[in-house]
Order: sequence, then structure tokens, then C-alpha cells
Amino acid sequence: MSIREKAVPFESDTENVSAGLTDALPPTLALPDEPLIRVRPAGPWSAIELKEVWAYHELFYFLIWRDLKVRYRQTVLGSVWVILQPLLMTLVFTIFLGRLVRVPSDGVPYSVFAYAGLLPWTFLTNAVLSSSHSLVGSAPLITKVYFPRMLVPGAAVMVRLVDFTIASVILLAMLFYYGYIPGWRLLIFPALALELTIVALGLGLWSAALNVRYRDIGTLLPVGLQLWMFISPIIYPSTIVPERWRLLYALNPLVGIIEGMRASLFNLPFDWNSIGVSVIMTLLLLVYAVYSFRRAEEGFADVV
Amino acid sequence: MRPVIKVEKLSKLYRLGPHSYFRPTLREAFVGSFRSKLGRLSRSRQRQDGLLWALRDVSFEVAPGEVVGIIGHNGAGKSTLLRILSRITKPTAGKADIYGRVGSLLDVGTGFHPDLSGRENIYLNGAILGMKREEIARKFDEIVAFAETERFLETPVKQYSSGMYLRLAFAVAAHLEPEILLLDEVLAVGDAAFQKKCLGKMREVSREGRTVLFVSHNIAAVQQMCGRVLLIKSGRLHEEGATEAVIARYLGDVFEEESGDFDLSNHPARLPRCAPVIRRLTLYAGSGSPTMRFNPDDVMTAELFVKPDAPINEPRITLSIEDGAGRRITTVASYFQNNSLASIETPSRIRCQLPPLRLGSGRYLLSVSIASKYQGVIDALNHAAWFEVVWRNNFGTGETYSPVYGPVLTPSVWERID
Repeated sequence: MSIREKAVPFESDTENVSAGLTDALPPTLALPDEPLIRVRPAGPWSAIELKEVWAYHELFYFLIWRDLKVRYRQTVLGSVWVILQPLLMTLVFTIFLGRLVRVPSDGVPYSVFAYAGLLPWTFLTNAVLSSSHSLVGSAPLITKVYFPRMLVPGAAVMVRLVDFTIASVILLAMLFYYGYIPGWRLLIFPALALELTIVALGLGLWSAALNVRYRDIGTLLPVGLQLWMFISPIIYPSTIVPERWRLLYALNPLVGIIEGMRASLFNLPFDWNSIGVSVIMTLLLLVYAVYSFRRAEEGFADVV
Repeated sequence: MRPVIKVEKLSKLYRLGPHSYFRPTLREAFVGSFRSKLGRLSRSRQRQDGLLWALRDVSFEVAPGEVVGIIGHNGAGKSTLLRILSRITKPTAGKADIYGRVGSLLDVGTGFHPDLSGRENIYLNGAILGMKREEIARKFDEIVAFAETERFLETPVKQYSSGMYLRLAFAVAAHLEPEILLLDEVLAVGDAAFQKKCLGKMREVSREGRTVLFVSHNIAAVQQMCGRVLLIKSGRLHEEGATEAVIARYLGDVFEEESGDFDLSNHPARLPRCAPVIRRLTLYAGSGSPTMRFNPDDVMTAELFVKPDAPINEPRITLSIEDGAGRRITTVASYFQNNSLASIETPSRIRCQLPPLRLGSGRYLLSVSIASKYQGVIDALNHAAWFEVVWRNNFGTGETYSPVYGPVLTPSVWERID
């Protein structure tokens, strides 16, 4: 069957816009010598392409911006909730642990002591939980467009970091209220916050990747986090742990971070040993998380 | 000329079965891995069952500035090919080298957020498609003008009509300026006027020297756009060459059945997310046995066998006829003239009778759909059946009528009036 015979008495001209398309030679763009994109089967050791991640940094900002915008537009409480969550927990723990159980707090009023622990803890749990859901929640995106998948859980952590920053203002207000004048040690605080962000990112990446594969991570994770809270010096000081167990205890990276944060806020001496251990643990966690995320990444679009 | 896309023996293996559709729980995964270890000991061959080569050893090259169409039945592997080239998923074997920036458009409105305004979504969607912020800002007015949504820029897109939503989504995508554009069926959206606008935009893109790979079921669009076509069949590159020839071959495949009685219960032409409600379509010329050969002046009867899963209230059945070039000739529907059908609750046969359509000789494709006024489309098959109009000296003079004279063949009376 001939679809378009050429020798036609009444060939209409209107439909033939397309004829010019293949005839006219288009201006050729200069081709690079090396392929820009190499599509290859997944290897066991695919490299982490930081350059690639950087190429998409604008999308990263947009993802953070989108989540913040949507959240603050949808909920009336918006930013208030961000402050309220650690504040309410502090209130409850202050009454029950501070007043009734009389948990020691290294000479600091228990309420501000607990808030200084609960604030970073809230950031960590929220960041890990929301990034663990992020990939599954972005399934339409992941199955339709390419970009480094790490950006999705990464953005989820960053959104929580913004919350953390906002809620920190309350912490400063409390410090002033209790008469603490921060000294030079406060300068270390941002570095510890960065370390905490890396911990959150590491766990976020790892759990996000697992959540794509196994759907019950979403229920296991809150339980795990709750247990973790009690083996970290959030609502009690690490000084109640016997001296000989301290080093083992410090393997939990949160020990160095939270105690370091308190020291920087209340102008107390740092325990450099536990901070050093926690930095090492944090970096190990990050490397492992990025590695396992990359391994799992190849299959996301097929599984999600 | 050096190719801009070079694909070598690209293959993709999918694991089917429950584990590909549902994410297992950890327990199931542990048990599963234990079982598979046991299984390997006892029955080592069984695993081949759940495997599917969505793509097998596909190799081709695309020269810069070419517009290449990719056609094939549903599930043939066209979309898998685009997904691999856009790096959404990795191939199982083989490789592809791409010498340029790739923009892929596998869906319109990817990443649109219902709560954000039109303006915000333009920026977000642009970034998702790989545009720089500055680039979006530069083209912003153009995008808005193309989408014709100026008045609703500050309105959340969840309040948009579906037409507006699609227009805005396509407008962003159309202003993507990569060197290589991968398109999947995106022109199937919107009304005819908007589709025309989109085709125009695509032409503009290719005229600027950019390379386009275009997956579509819309034969007319492929014909208009593409200089070369790849026909994919069950994961393999079945044929490759000039548009006309490959399309003719593809339509030939559609025409495999010959009796005028089409079993549609498990048909590849069924659109995604449709329940197999239309089970059979039978064509008759007047009365007698089923046929697919018609005279231009035959009365055509189409009989549908419909087996509903649930009662279909106020059913709306539509039949469309397209010619071999993908041009729609006509559409008839049960609700056009108010002779609506009673609700269908049990398996039923439905007859539609058409007066002589006086079509020129050639092959014609039938698309059929059933919808309910309230539930929307329930089942739809694109190019589910075909028939042939045969020229049998219908003018009675021995004159022939070529399809290029136009689709409608009508007798005419000529006389000299002075």
C-alpha cells in the first residue's frame, strides 16, 4: 500500500510542511570528541560522581525550596510547629525526669540542658524519617527523569536543617534567660551541627535506599530511632555512664556531637576524645551509606 | 558524518513476578533468599520463568539533526529504550554513547506540585527537566504565552483544568533546549489545536539542528516529523529505514488477522489501565458471515461483545475510523444522537450500523472505546481492528479511484447547463 504517491494530480500543499524538514540540511552542531553521556550496565563499583551531583545543584535548591514552600503554605502552624515539637518534649522531660526523677544535668538547669539535647535530636529523627520516605514519595519523578538520586534524600535532610536553624533561635533565648553568656566555644557549634547533618544524611541515604527495596523499613525505623535516643545523652548527661564504658559508649557518634554541643553552648570544656571518635564514626557511616546507596540506586526506577 | 547517538547491543532484562510489583518486607526477603538458595540446590533451572527481555541486542546510530521515530506495539520495548537512553534505568548489557546534552520528556508535568502556583511550577519543572534558573527566567514569558495561562500564573495548579495543566506542562518542556531530545508519546495530550502547535514546535526544534528521538503511536505525527523510523518488535529492532516503508510494514503487522472477527480479549492495542471489557469486534458487510472486505457502497455493521466487570451505567461506545496514513476519517458514538444504550450489566452484544461511507480503496483502522457517563473511559483499544475497502469498478466505467484523490469517494452527476 502506498501511503503517499508522488505523482498526484491534486496534491495538497498544506500538509506538506514536513517535506522540507528532511530535505533542508539543518545547521550541524559541533560534536564533542568524547561522549558526554556513557550508558553502561551497572557495575559493582560504579564511582561516585561528585561532578555529576554538582551539575544538578540548582535542582537540589529547587527541591529544598519546593518542600519548604509547600509545607509552610499548607500548615497554619508552619514554623511554629518546628519550635513546638522539641519544646513540648522538653516540657514533659523537665517535669518527669528533671523534677520527679531528678536526673543529673551537669550543673545546668535541666530544662535548658534537655532542650539542648532534644533540639538536635528532633532534627536528626525528622531528617532521617523524612529522607527515608523521600525516594518512594518521589516515585513519579524517579521513573520519569534522570538526576542523581542522592539529591532527593539530601534535600529532605536540608529542609529539616532549616527547621533546626529556626528552632535554635529559641535555644539562644533560653541561654540568655538562664544567664549563659556564650564564649569562644560557641564557634565550634556550627562544626558540630555540620557533623550532625552528615550523620542525618548518612542514615537518611541508607534508609531511603532500603525503603525502596523493603516496605517495612518505614515501621522499623521509628522503633530503632527511639531506642537510639535512650543510648544517646539526650535527656541525661554521659557522665552517668561508668568511666570504663565511656569509650565504648562514645562509638555512638551522637555522644560526641551532643555533649560537644552542650559544651559549646554552656561554655564547658570539650571532651576531645569522644568528639574525635564521633568524627571518625560519622565519616565511616557516610562512606558506607553513600556506597550502599549507589549500589541500590541502579534499580530504583525499576522497583519504585 | 559521526553519529550523535551510538547504541550497541543494548539489552534490558526485567524480573517479573510478585517481587517486581510489590516491595517485599524484610522477612519475605530473608525467607526468599533462603528459599532461593535451597532452590538452587534442587531445581536450578526454574528461575528463567519470571524473566523478560524487554530489549534485546538493539543497535543503531543517529546522525546529528536527524528526527527518528520509534514505533511498535504496546510492550514492544520502545519506552524501555528511551528510559535507558535517558539514564533513568541502566541496561543489563550493551552500551550507548551520546555526544550531547540530553533532554528527555517521557511524561508531561513531571514533578508538578499541585499546591504550587503556575509560576512556581514553571521554575520547578524547568529545573527538573535540566534547565538552568537563568535559562528559565529568560524564557519565562515565552513559556507563559505558549501555554496561554497568563491569567492564572499565581493560582495553584491543582485548580487548573486538565487542559490548562497539560498546556502549561508541555510549554515548559517545549522550551527545553538540549542538543538531543527524547520524546515519549507526549503529543498525545491536549486538543487538536494544541497538538498542532506542539508539532510545530517540534519541527522548529529539529530545524535548529537538534536531534530528536520520538516514540509514538500516532502514525500521522511520526510520518510528518520523522525522516527515519525504527520498528521495535518484542524487544528487538525489527526494521529500520525510511519512514514510509517501515510504517507500511508496521501497519502490515497490525493487519495480521484476516477474518473480520477480532478477538480483543487480550489485545496489544488496549490502552494502559483499561479493563478488558470489549472482548470481540466483528464486522459484517450488510448481513452474512464476518468479513473485512467492503465495497465503497456497502452498509457496514460492527458487532461488539462486551463483558462488563461491573454494571456500566449510561454506556458511551465510540468507534473511530482512520486511514492507513493515520488520518481520522470519522468517529461515531452511541450518544451522539441521543439513541443512547441502556446500562450494560451482563455480557452483551451491541450492534452499530453505518450507512455506506463511500471510502476510497485502501486499508482502514478501527479504534473502539467504551465509557460510562460517570466513570469515564472503561476500555479503549487504539487500532484494534481493520478493514479493507476494495475497488470493484464502482463507477461502472472501469475508471479507478486512487486514495490520493481523497478519502471520500462519491458519485457525482455532471451535465452541461447551457
